Amino acid sequence: MRVPISWLKDYIDLTLPIEELAERMTLAGLEVGAIEHIGAKWDREKIFVGEIVEVRRHPDADRLTIAVVEYGTGEPMAVVTGAPNIRVGDKGQKVPFATRGSRLIDGHSEELRYFTLKPSKIRGVRSEGMVCSEKELGISDDHEGIMILEDDAPTGVPLQDYMGDTVLELDLTPNLARCFSMVGVAREVAALSSQKCRLGEWPQLSERIGKPSLPWVELEIADPDLCPRYTAALVRDVQIGSSPPWLQRRLTLAGMRPINNIVDVTNYVMLEWGQPLHAFDYDLLRDRDGVTPPSGVPVIIVRRARRAELMTTLDGVGRALSEDTLLITDGGGPVAIAGVMGGLESEVAEKTTNVLIESANFNNISIRRTSQALKIPSEAAARFGRGVPPQLTMIAVERSARLMQELAGGTIEEGIADAYPVRPEVKVVDLTAKEVERILGIALDTEQIVSILESLEFECQVEGGVIRATVPHYRLDVSIPADLIEEVARVYGYDRLPTTLMDDELPPQQRDYSLEGEERVRDILVGCGLTEAITYSLSNLESFAKLDPGGAPPDPADYVKLSNPLTTEREYMRRTLMASLLEAVRDNLRYTERVALFEIGRIYLPQPGQELPDEPRRLAIAMTGPRDRRSWRTEEQRYVDFYDLKGVVETLLDRLGLTAQSFAPVEHPTFRSGGAATIEVADVEIGVFGEVDPKVRTSFDLPAQPVALLELDLEELLAQVEPVRYHRPISRFPAVSQDMSLVVDEHVPAQQLEDLIRRAGGELLVEVTLFDVYRGEPIPPGKKSLAYSLTYRHAEKTLTDRQVAKVHARIAKRLEKEIGARLRE
Amino acid sequence: MVEKVQMLKEEAMQALQAASNLPELDDWRVKYLGRKGGAVTQLLRSIPELPAEERPAFGQAANELKGFLQERYEARHAELSRPTVEMTEAIDVTLPGRPVNLGRLHLTIQTLREMYAIFGQMGFQVEEWPEVETDLLNFELLNMPPHHPARDMWDTFYVNPKVVLRTHTSPGQIRSMRKHCSDPIRIILPGKCYRYEAVTARSEFMFYQVEGLAVGRRITLADLKGTMVDFARQMFGADREVRFRCSYFPFTEPSVEVDMDCIICGGEGCRVCKHTGWVEICGAGMVHPQVLSNGGYDPDVYSGFAFGMGPERVAMLKHDIDDIRYFYSNDLRFLKQFG
Ligand SMILES: [Zn+2]
Repeated sequence: MRVPISWLKDYIDLTLPIEELAERMTLAGLEVGAIEHIGAKWDREKIFVGEIVEVRRHPDADRLTIAVVEYGTGEPMAVVTGAPNIRVGDKGQKVPFATRGSRLIDGHSEELRYFTLKPSKIRGVRSEGMVCSEKELGISDDHEGIMILEDDAPTGVPLQDYMGDTVLELDLTPNLARCFSMVGVAREVAALSSQKCRLGEWPQLSERIGKPSLPWVELEIADPDLCPRYTAALVRDVQIGSSPPWLQRRLTLAGMRPINNIVDVTNYVMLEWGQPLHAFDYDLLRDRDGVTPPSGVPVIIVRRARRAELMTTLDGVGRALSEDTLLITDGGGPVAIAGVMGGLESEVAEKTTNVLIESANFNNISIRRTSQALKIPSEAAARFGRGVPPQLTMIAVERSARLMQELAGGTIEEGIADAYPVRPEVKVVDLTAKEVERILGIALDTEQIVSILESLEFECQVEGGVIRATVPHYRLDVSIPADLIEEVARVYGYDRLPTTLMDDELPPQQRDYSLEGEERVRDILVGCGLTEAITYSLSNLESFAKLDPGGAPPDPADYVKLSNPLTTEREYMRRTLMASLLEAVRDNLRYTERVALFEIGRIYLPQPGQELPDEPRRLAIAMTGPRDRRSWRTEEQRYVDFYDLKGVVETLLDRLGLTAQSFAPVEHPTFRSGGAATIEVADVEIGVFGEVDPKVRTSFDLPAQPVALLELDLEELLAQVEPVRYHRPISRFPAVSQDMSLVVDEHVPAQQLEDLIRRAGGELLVEVTLFDVYRGEPIPPGKKSLAYSLTYRHAEKTLTDRQVAKVHARIAKRLEKEIGARLRE
Repeated sequence: MVEKVQMLKEEAMQALQAASNLPELDDWRVKYLGRKGGAVTQLLRSIPELPAEERPAFGQAANELKGFLQERYEARHAELSRPTVEMTEAIDVTLPGRPVNLGRLHLTIQTLREMYAIFGQMGFQVEEWPEVETDLLNFELLNMPPHHPARDMWDTFYVNPKVVLRTHTSPGQIRSMRKHCSDPIRIILPGKCYRYEAVTARSEFMFYQVEGLAVGRRITLADLKGTMVDFARQMFGADREVRFRCSYFPFTEPSVEVDMDCIICGGEGCRVCKHTGWVEICGAGMVHPQVLSNGGYDPDVYSGFAFGMGPERVAMLKHDIDDIRYFYSNDLRFLKQFG
């Protein structure tokens, strides 16, 4: 909503500087998004109101003329112009006149380009000034001709003084429907500055409120649920033409384009009062028999559209209508889409002489739906969509009829037709000072509250401490005490509200182990050198498909799919974090060679028979590139591989106290064959990790180097974690370490070997560390050598060499027996 | 006689300190603890020769000494067994240290943790609710029936006409109220939200929000102001000022925007605050009576406040970040700047 200050002053005196007023309005909920100073760039020394004293032919060019302009110096200046709206012989028009050195906007340029006016020779004639178009002055985009000012504009006065203005650009929240008009804004400013508005300074016609049928029109509302009121006036014998400059200027400042005096009046009154209006060419309306010109009385029927009913709107577009569209029809068919756009057929045009003004009230939701469905975001629909009180139709129809008569001549036909099947109830809301204090925390007395509400035109009666406030008709947003409390708070001033701390009972405090667990996992992984990423939850099936090259494409039914995605890139909610994390790795490899990321986030799993999907948390890790950053102390650049990631997994499980962990090889389409493992904790499989398959790598544009990737079910992981870990006593007695090198078949997994060692070692064996894996001479082919350091300790005594040797031998023997392991010399 | 034990202990301890390698230590062991001629062994053997009344005390002292020396021996043995690594090369202290591979928490998570800590001190606990939400909870129970004009304030991703990606964390107000009804409530609800918006420097289609909700028998708008002042000062510095600006949300009444004096310019006016001296930190208000009632609380008895805050916005103000797109593009050059 654009509010020109010069217009606002019609209704109210401004007692504050504009900036301060804007701040007050913003604090009270009418957010001033911008303050635009019109004409601030018009140099007061160089641009004036000029008067054309003579227009001559240009000696050398048919399309140019020479205008002689007086601008207060007594020495009129001759300038060359190509403007089509002044002709040879014209005299007396008032125009904006710029002299040398003025900064103006290039009228011929598409983009905003300023230039400084210099004296020039145009086709041999010297020109030292310029008569300006609206575009050159930055008022609008109009460069059709020069701007013509009011006849009474004072010649020689700086243009800025004459028509400089300030426009407040309001960002209105949906509850402020009432401020979608100059009068509405004026009422607010009045309440904020303790004044009253000056409204309604024209003779009232409403004494002659009519019935639905008058001799000149018959109104019928077939669907009163969508149209509570329809009011119409008739102005005969109008002369269609341009509106006067003041009206055009106001429309332009408010952001609307002037069209002709009749349409401009409907727009002007809409901007003033917030009531959208429509003007029909009365002579094109048909009677009940569908005849035009009518043999009987023209009829207007407001009804829902019939299935697949067609009409052509003002913009020339043919539209197929649905049954929930509300139409204005006459005896012959649709003439307008109610509250959204008029029809082409009955449009007011140059030849129109009789105008029927429609001032109606429509259901806001119906208008919103129609406007959205047809994608017609008109000014009228915007206002109806937020809600307009039905009381306004009469005020607006009177105001517009008067203005048309004034600006376009003609006479107002006797009476106003008014069909008003649904009348709103008068709302009365009760409020007490105690309730105000309960919600706001400030003790105001009843008189203070009443005086605030009265400044907002609520009529208040106090009965036994209860304020009974009658809600003004235009306050569609007020219906309960809390609404009144807000009015009290914002007019009283939020800045005067005290600052207190809750003294209410503290709720029982409970720990959320699930969230704490998640945060712990984060800390552990950061400690492992991983950086946390957060990727988009929305992606596409192609991206998920890359994780399974050669597999069946993902089934859309398995996914939460958006019905209105922004792009097809972001259409499906993910079921895995792996794809988006690999994409993050790829993006980072453009700038850095070492990437180690993790993400904790939800996945979205539709469940049959359930309205909402499950949203379990997952953990993903991706690592690639050199293991260490390059440095003078890094001996050898090695690439991250499976075992780096496994180290992270083991650290994570260990720190969470999950000792019952095991890993088993697995074939998985995302990982290279023989390069992946499942993770089991307490016999529950919680995830998978490994080195990414080269085909997958390529499809994600990742380089040919190992990329270690993991995804695990965080819910399962955290479910295994015990909230408390118990102390195990540390033995005071010395430990003894002995090495054991074993030669086994290649296919024997290390875990199996270690499990056997531990089982054979029993209680005395407290630590098993694998410190070497070797293949090659002198180990025979198909075999490998694994070297362990075994640590023995007794909880209660010092072990003797003989005891240790006995256990050590027992282990070796058991290994030989069970898997044919031989001790290596 | 007990003095004799004490003297032996002192002598043995001195000798133990003097033993500087394993062979010397072994000699020491033979001398004092040796099974045949060791001094302690001899001491123990002399017990039967003592008068009967002295035996218990002497015996106990001698046995204690044996245990003590045994323990010291093992400790010294472990000490001397350790390989020695002596650095002799001269050190250029200006050479850089060995790199440590460091990870970082995401800035959003760091900010959330700060928020949890600050609100936690005020008794707010964390709760989480679904991101894929019903239209009923996301809109209708928050006073926005279908086609309500206020729905324009949230551009919405739909899964189907009844299911949306939550546009804010506010549906959690209803969920939490229904869970805790009719206990007093102080909770914060963090999580991802989604809006059908083109991605620009100022808006993302996916972002985090932290909803705050306090419900009780004596909760006022002035309490909300106190809570916001407290938050602003702990998060952004002790001399921050907070103001309320009248606003509109269908589920709070009264509704306010919470502004804080600009931390960049201190209120003078700059690019960040659009030359107003104030920056918006959250939307808030008193829980609408209908919403309290939808949550199961009698609005005539209970009152409450709610607020919705963007951790990205908080982080952007705090760290002077001018583009929200940095957050979820996961560029390490960005992520590694914080924490
Ligand atoms: Zn600033």
